[in-house]
Amino acid sequence: MRQKNRSRYLGDLLIYLAIIGAALWGLRIATTAQAYNWQWYNVPQYLYKIHEGVVYPGPLLRGLITTMQISAGAMVIAAVLGLLVAVLGMSGSRVGRILARGYIEVVRNIPILVLLFLFYFVVAPIFGLGRFASGMLTLALYEAAFAAEIYRAGIEGVPRGQREAAAAVGLTRAQQMRYVVLPQSIPLILPPMTNLAINLIKHSAIVSVIAIFDLANEGRNVISETFMVFEVWFTVALVYLVITTALSFLATGLERRFARSRASARAR
Amino acid sequence: MVDAVSPDRPLAVELRGVCKWYDEFQALKDIDLQVRQGERTVVCGPSGSGKSTMIRCINRLEEHHGGEIRINGESVELYEARPHLIRQRVGMVFQQFNLFSHMTVVENCCLGPIKALKLGRAEARERAMHYLEKVRIPEQADKYPSQLSGGQQQRVAIARALCMSPQIMLFDEPTSALDPEMIQEVLEAMIALAEDGMTMICVTHEMGFARTVADSVVFMDRGEIVEQAPPSEFFTAPRSERTRAFLDKIL
Repeated sequence: MRQKNRSRYLGDLLIYLAIIGAALWGLRIATTAQAYNWQWYNVPQYLYKIHEGVVYPGPLLRGLITTMQISAGAMVIAAVLGLLVAVLGMSGSRVGRILARGYIEVVRNIPILVLLFLFYFVVAPIFGLGRFASGMLTLALYEAAFAAEIYRAGIEGVPRGQREAAAAVGLTRAQQMRYVVLPQSIPLILPPMTNLAINLIKHSAIVSVIAIFDLANEGRNVISETFMVFEVWFTVALVYLVITTALSFLATGLERRFARSRASARAR
Repeated sequence: MVDAVSPDRPLAVELRGVCKWYDEFQALKDIDLQVRQGERTVVCGPSGSGKSTMIRCINRLEEHHGGEIRINGESVELYEARPHLIRQRVGMVFQQFNLFSHMTVVENCCLGPIKALKLGRAEARERAMHYLEKVRIPEQADKYPSQLSGGQQQRVAIARALCMSPQIMLFDEPTSALDPEMIQEVLEAMIALAEDGMTMICVTHEMGFARTVADSVVFMDRGEIVEQAPPSEFFTAPRSERTRAFLDKIL
């Protein structure tokens, strides 16, 4: 058994090396064809600067801060709005259900780029909203449609008998939701919600097109000044990767915690 | 043995001409049923005969489409927008127990009293422990439902319903999901409740329970009440052919 495992690891390792080798080889072809001049040593100053012992963020980190602000704000709004849409969609009111369904279908079937332009050029002037607010709200509106579906699946994943039992002890509909259904749906909702947050961070790069200086846009700026196309895009990609991977780990951790607390509750 | 109920007691539950449809299928046909305060009624009949549907209409988990349902003389129509007010007075025990799986036993019992009846925590807990003792399970108060056997879970479910101090208790096949060796402990809890004078409507196939506890046995088939009689008559001299056929199968 152990012998077999070891030989499989060796096989995996060879495959990894082959893939990395192929990637490097491709990169070499691309750079030599353009006579590319690597300047990795020039990259750090665009991430951070040290002036008289104090660290200041460079354009790329400032962009990252903007990306995180927009993503965090959009995530909070999407989480709340999504819950409202989900509850509306499952309510007894026919109008409410049609509204919720319509919202989800419209948002899901329009490219986010088009949504962003619609919002920025049509809706934002009506309410006097700036670029930052437009970007954040468009992302929030877009992800809320997916959040609503996640909530719905989570709520419907709780057995019907739980809700009936809550009704049978005299709770109102809102109380049934709050004290019985929602607490039990959290373990079903949290993992896909973390995935949604990761998607939101990636999608937030789109706000570049309305001149918000997020991480992706700052990257483009740095390139237009320095022509370090490869280095900067690699750096930008790496920064996104670090943030989203950290979130993924968080999600796996949460999933495990819920799985464990359930299992231990069963075993006790 | 439980004392019989005198016929001059006021009506706790009254159904008159109650009908219900699921699309084309008529689940309840012109149901007439009267249950007096303190009376124990057992409802039996083949599966799909509308027994569960009938008692679920009483506490508004289902809506009826024709006829009238009165609880303590009041029509349930008065509470159409606030069915929780009916359910605070009419307790229910389910076939599948339906204990709140994210709460301990005592939390299960306290939720209704605290949130619906607005009792204080200490008072609710005291009441919960009282009823958990009544169903002989106080030592499990701080465990989670998944740590209990089926019989224990169903006794907790009975205690949970009693914590609301209901005037009427509905039982929807409370022993059907249990292993045979656990049925007795649940029936004992129900018999104790009957001895305390609780108004009960029990959908069950436990004919021993019907014989010892019931004041009245109702036989339903295909959405109709076919026969209703005191257990002594019901088991020895059933009037309807369908009742006889059913009793032959289950006794």
